[in-house]
Amino acid sequence: MESNKKQISIASIYRKYGIFLILVLLFVTSAIINSNFLKSQNLINILKQISVVTIIACGETMLIVSGMIDLSAGLVCTMSACFSAGVLASTGSILLTFVVGIGLGMSAGWLNGFLVTRYKLQPFIATLAMTNIAAGITQIYTNGQAVGGVEKIRFLGQGSIIGIPMPVIVMLLAVGAIAYLMKATTLGVHIYSIGGNEKAAIASGINVNRSKRIIFTVSGALVGLAGVVLMSRLMSGQPSVGAGYEFDAITAVIVGGTSFTGGIGTVTGALIGSIIVGLINNILNLLHVSTQYQLIVKGLLIAGAVIIDVKTKANKKSA
Amino acid sequence: MAKNDVIVELKNIRKEFPGVVALNHVNLTLRAGRVHALVGENGAGKSTLMKILSGTYASYGGEVLLDGKSLRFAHERDALDKGIAIVPQELNPIPEMTIAENIFLGREPMKRKGIINRKERSRLTKDYLASLGLDYDPETKMWKLSVAQRQMVEIIKAISRNSRVIIMDEPTSALTGVETRQLFAQIEMLKQKGIAIVFISHKLDEVYAIGDDVTVLRDGEMISTGLLKDVTQDHLIAMMVGREVKDIYPPLPVAGSEPLLIVKGLSSKDVFEDVSFEIHKGEIVGFAGMMGAGRSEIARAVFGLDRHSSGTIIMDGKTLRIKSPRDAIKNSIAMVTEDRAAYGFVGVRSIKDNIVLPNCDLFSKHGILNVKTIKAKVTDICRKLSVKAASIETLAGTLSGGNQQKLVLSKWLVRNVKLLILDEPTRGIDVGAKQEIYRLIAELAASGIGVLLIASEMPEVLSMSHRVEVITNGHIIGELSRAEATQDKVMKMIVEGRKHNGE
Repeated sequence: MESNKKQISIASIYRKYGIFLILVLLFVTSAIINSNFLKSQNLINILKQISVVTIIACGETMLIVSGMIDLSAGLVCTMSACFSAGVLASTGSILLTFVVGIGLGMSAGWLNGFLVTRYKLQPFIATLAMTNIAAGITQIYTNGQAVGGVEKIRFLGQGSIIGIPMPVIVMLLAVGAIAYLMKATTLGVHIYSIGGNEKAAIASGINVNRSKRIIFTVSGALVGLAGVVLMSRLMSGQPSVGAGYEFDAITAVIVGGTSFTGGIGTVTGALIGSIIVGLINNILNLLHVSTQYQLIVKGLLIAGAVIIDVKTKANKKSA
Repeated sequence: MAKNDVIVELKNIRKEFPGVVALNHVNLTLRAGRVHALVGENGAGKSTLMKILSGTYASYGGEVLLDGKSLRFAHERDALDKGIAIVPQELNPIPEMTIAENIFLGREPMKRKGIINRKERSRLTKDYLASLGLDYDPETKMWKLSVAQRQMVEIIKAISRNSRVIIMDEPTSALTGVETRQLFAQIEMLKQKGIAIVFISHKLDEVYAIGDDVTVLRDGEMISTGLLKDVTQDHLIAMMVGREVKDIYPPLPVAGSEPLLIVKGLSSKDVFEDVSFEIHKGEIVGFAGMMGAGRSEIARAVFGLDRHSSGTIIMDGKTLRIKSPRDAIKNSIAMVTEDRAAYGFVGVRSIKDNIVLPNCDLFSKHGILNVKTIKAKVTDICRKLSVKAASIETLAGTLSGGNQQKLVLSKWLVRNVKLLILDEPTRGIDVGAKQEIYRLIAELAASGIGVLLIASEMPEVLSMSHRVEVITNGHIIGELSRAEATQDKVMKMIVEGRKHNGE
């Protein structure tokens, strides 16, 4: 029964453990290069910085594994941040803040899913449309001004439990929840099979449209949650922060070993991918490398991850 | 080159993959103007051998001699340049391009550097087409052509490169009888030109119709090579499978008399019309007919993969509204589709995941999967159907055709299906696995499951069905009992049925 193990190629080892090895390698090199790196404050800062994007990446993982994508995540996150800030400022209710923030994200997600399943729009197109809608609504609501008066949310943005900042805790809870959802539930089975072979999923009696709408809605809820966390970190709703987060999230997902063609990938991979990106940015910062160069490194990272993805597939074919 | 001269010789070929010897001590001699049939079960090594000859695999043991000179092709392009072309089983033309564009892709005749001489390209294509007695317009888009016509374009592509060896991998698998005869006429012309042809086919009557020489492979070993006329078909089969295959079909259990499925007046515009039939509990009903007659389409409509416009489907006395496979599965109907890779399984997921997919309802509570039950049930069903794999975590896409088919059956047999629709259940799988599947079908019927069986191979439908519905042009034109059904009778009905419709 074990004979197959011998045939594991480098690419498939990477698929399984590789990103983790790369993470360890990066960690060790960073520690050697710069003595400030290992300071616990620095490490915790890295996790804090990646928290918002990683929460979004949880949703993008579900979408990409099922063969879809959400380009609107960044600006919907901004929208949620601004509206939840407004609600908090005017009502002072933390509960309502979360309800509105997450609810807005869910609604946008559901609408994306509706466009994709009802009118057969490509997810790329549907969410591109949503990007513009969300940006417009945010601009109308904020008039381009930051929304303040959110002192009450300080516990979320600045607080911590046993030394772990709240945003990091929220991020870990999101990763844990989606990891469980993808591994242990029927929706998880649907996500992987729709992305792997949608026709086979239909022929197996899966209500693919319903699953897609649920996936978009759950992902939207995460985007909304990310919006509230973002607002709490900035202590205001900033209409200009959040654009481009979708690409950072997608980068984390791809670096984390998720196949862009669907059917393969995990949310823990996305977390590690996100940490890798965060680590690299951090060490480049510590080395005083300017942000322009950091962008180039990130670009190379994406290309590298996809090259490995393609190689893995090629190996499978020749086997 | 004169007829019968040796063009290519493969000597003592050995090829290993990690953990498996795919070929060992294989010799093959190809002569000008002769058709060399290469036969063997799936996994016997035919494709591997051809991939060595056509340059796909550059590392192997043994020797390849071209015109008596030993050489080693570096890659496919290299083999192509030296005159060895392959017409693959799955053709991949660019559908939006014309015949001429496809044939000269990457080596277009030029007026001067960078400017294509389109007139010249068109004229050359027309000449090549004419040399095989074909009169297609060179400027026809590829997507307008039938599979058979695309195949001819592929062959012309090979000729236009001055290929001296053309490998045809299962060229007739998608062709009708008439198209196959046309292909054979063209192969005769290629022989006249002194081209050596390797003909790979599972259909032995075709092998006998066109072949001159034959080589039998089994489990990577060369079993025999020689003149085709010196060996009988029975002996050839025996060499392929390594044993005498007397009866690959099991005896059928007695069918039940209680009606299970009743289909009345089922129609789908321009596809099939007014189709009515019944399947009893424990009964196997076969659909016989030519490809494209509407057999699969009717079955797909019953399963909900395609829509139907009118008609009634009654299962166990209950009238069903079937709009998707979901509706069918809820009512204990399952289908093994013709195109396994497209509809049957998710290649990038494991055996386990594939078996869970249609059975989420059985394996979960409030949406949470029960891992223990899954492992036990999946292991159990895989053992029952002898799905051969390293573990239940093995990816479905890496299994052999026969095991993939057993996997597809497994995923349905986990649930209590009452009606199983099998569309070409043994296509592309070897004799051993076929036999296992036939036995399984008989067992399922014995347990009271109704089976709808569609198969292109007439002996298969006739031997495995209690009753045969003959289908032509989207109509059921007659029904034959097991005792009545013979190949002659079915063919006669098909031919006469066509006449009826012509009136």
